[in-house]
Amino acid sequence: MADFWNFYAWPTIIIVLQIVAIVVPLLVAVAYLTLAERKVIGAIQLRKGPNVVGWFGLLQPFADGLKLFLKETVVPSGANRGVFIIAPMATFVLSLVGWAVIPFDAGMVLADINVGVLYLFAISSLGVYGIVMAGWASNSRYAFLGALRSAAQMVSYEVSIGFVIITVLLCVGSLNLSQIVLAQQGMWFFIPLLPMFVVFFISGLAETNRSPFDLPEGESEIVAGYMVEYSSMVFALFFLGEYANMILMSAMTCVLFLGGWLPPFDIAPFNWIPGPIWFALKIAAVLFLFLWVRATMPRYRYDQLMRLGWKVFLPLSLIWVVLTAGVLVATGWAPVTNR
Amino acid sequence: MAFLDRGARTLFLWELLSGLALTFTYMFKPKVTLNYPYEKGPLSPRFRGEHVLRRYPSGEERCIACKLCEAVCPAQAITIEAEPRADGIRRTTRYDIDMTKCIYCGLCQEACPVDAIVEGPNFEFATETRAELIYTKEKLLANGDRWESEIARNLATDAPYR
Repeated sequence: MADFWNFYAWPTIIIVLQIVAIVVPLLVAVAYLTLAERKVIGAIQLRKGPNVVGWFGLLQPFADGLKLFLKETVVPSGANRGVFIIAPMATFVLSLVGWAVIPFDAGMVLADINVGVLYLFAISSLGVYGIVMAGWASNSRYAFLGALRSAAQMVSYEVSIGFVIITVLLCVGSLNLSQIVLAQQGMWFFIPLLPMFVVFFISGLAETNRSPFDLPEGESEIVAGYMVEYSSMVFALFFLGEYANMILMSAMTCVLFLGGWLPPFDIAPFNWIPGPIWFALKIAAVLFLFLWVRATMPRYRYDQLMRLGWKVFLPLSLIWVVLTAGVLVATGWAPVTNR
Repeated sequence: MAFLDRGARTLFLWELLSGLALTFTYMFKPKVTLNYPYEKGPLSPRFRGEHVLRRYPSGEERCIACKLCEAVCPAQAITIEAEPRADGIRRTTRYDIDMTKCIYCGLCQEACPVDAIVEGPNFEFATETRAELIYTKEKLLANGDRWESEIARNLATDAPYR
């Protein structure tokens, strides 16, 4: 009985508490990201954005959530009921499980696995399933078109994201995310790998279906794409999943290029601030970039999107992988690991 | 050299970055938002809003049941019935405006010889049912009593231009 308590029950309780400690702030962050998006885009368009519900509209996300919660879930009669309901859940769950390997500080990570990058990559690739399932199960033309677009787009940009990650791995010599952050103590990777950082950020926009690559939603042409038939809480799950994916992609950008929890300079006023706060600040900065880009760029045409993915980013990242590997070997900077 | 110039612009994402810089400066410009229910924009004295039926300062209603407004109304939104009152003066017994038909063209107030029917400055009269938008004579006279000061001021302001 003591064994059961010590080896199973107690660790389970601790892990569940850790998960709650990650997921609850994450969901609050998602809620406020929706508000931040409306505020930032409003400001850029010379508007004020929501400012009536609570001070500065701070209660607006909860009002929106309550509204969606109280609405009726409509399942179209032609839809495949099971898949229709599972799709938003898949999107939502997949956007949360990626956080298991994100390091918030030295040693502050739920699952410190050695293939963290691979895990993240796999999770972000699985994200397309929720969308494809939604598009197919809705039995609607717009939803189907949106799902097709999304599948093609995410597959295209994952290829270049993969190569970008490989360049980072070449510089680190480890797939462990904490190791990747620690390898950036001298210099954050976005300085030596600036072109790859840009490619990663833009591919991240495409991967999370954000403007200017929001073709799967494309309000003006296919209404809302794969989520056109969704309402109420199932829609809210899609919405939350999409924004949580944005935050996850920003976290990935921070870990791979912006030095994770590390302060910008390892001197007095900067290293007083704890790591998780630096990490949150960097995520917020990247998220602001997401919103800023959305307020600035018009949507890409579909052939332009594919051209950019396959004819520009793929060769560029491939060349950069070869170049990085060559420079690392030629100068002897390649990380030596005896594993 | 034009090739080099264009190539460099593409390579360094010049268009994208200058666009981002422009939108960033817009973030700090003064906002044009009007906090509508708390702030309202200016209205012209000729603004054609909700209709009212006015009275003379004595309290006598102005409308003389000439039915010019009913005749001129292009949407046929006005219905008038009239007969002599107990004191022998001809007045309307029924003056209905179907606000769901009205197109707010202002021809009724132009036609009125005694400035009885006027479109006032009120534009916030949304209702929850369609039936509430069928205005009766009582409703219109009540509106007139409510908005008389604003309407009198607007008519006076606009008079030099008529």
